[in-house]
Amino acid sequence: MCTQSVGLLAGALERHGIASVCIALVRSIAEKVRPPRALAVPFRFGAPLGESNDAAEHLEVMRAALALLAEPGPPPILRDYRTRSMP
Amino acid sequence: MAEFSDLPLRYRVQMAAYRWRRVDPLTWTPLAVPLSEARIALVTSAGLYQPGTDEPFARVPGGDHTLRIIPDDVDLQSLAIGQTSRAFDRGPMESDRNAALPIDRLHALVERGDVGYAAPRQVSFNGSITAPARLVRESALTAARVFASDRVDAVLLVPV
Repeated sequence: MCTQSVGLLAGALERHGIASVCIALVRSIAEKVRPPRALAVPFRFGAPLGESNDAAEHLEVMRAALALLAEPGPPPILRDYRTRSMP
Repeated sequence: MAEFSDLPLRYRVQMAAYRWRRVDPLTWTPLAVPLSEARIALVTSAGLYQPGTDEPFARVPGGDHTLRIIPDDVDLQSLAIGQTSRAFDRGPMESDRNAALPIDRLHALVERGDVGYAAPRQVSFNGSITAPARLVRESALTAARVFASDRVDAVLLVPV
């Protein structure tokens, strides 16, 4: 439910004038919920930024997510994050 | 990628029958400043809270829509985990709260100049919410007021 909850909250924040970007753990849910900006990640439940000891991956995910704030739109923007180990 | 098939059976059954909500109307707030000058806040759905300061999250039908405000300078590992769902692995978050509320990572991005500033207050809620109307109507307004007061330019929301 968390992917829906953060998506709906993001949408409501945007209506109040706050720009937002979400991490999406389940892409199919993000497609249904349609938050204004979301980055679908290839990680398991409980590890939305990658494994807990991988600070470098966390930073890469956050950079990729925040970069969506610069995309011109239109919403919804849903992009896929690829890990450094992916081909 | 997390999939429904990763979940215990009772959650898979619940998800299959669930009526997923959508953002409607879908509005859009552009980032008003370059990211390198922006003040960024975090929202986590991990249900993190400050024990002894905050009320724990409640187990109520439809889910607890309330928020907890987390100071940016909090001792992250002192935060209690109030997520009521058992559908995910708590291991990453238990060993390092940055897995769900990446305050230290946000500070690192500020130090590197990728973003301008970290917000002074972050927001936590329990994302295990099946009836989200009050989250959208009430909690979003509360959070927006906090972020507006702190002159936040954008928010990164992290589910678990």
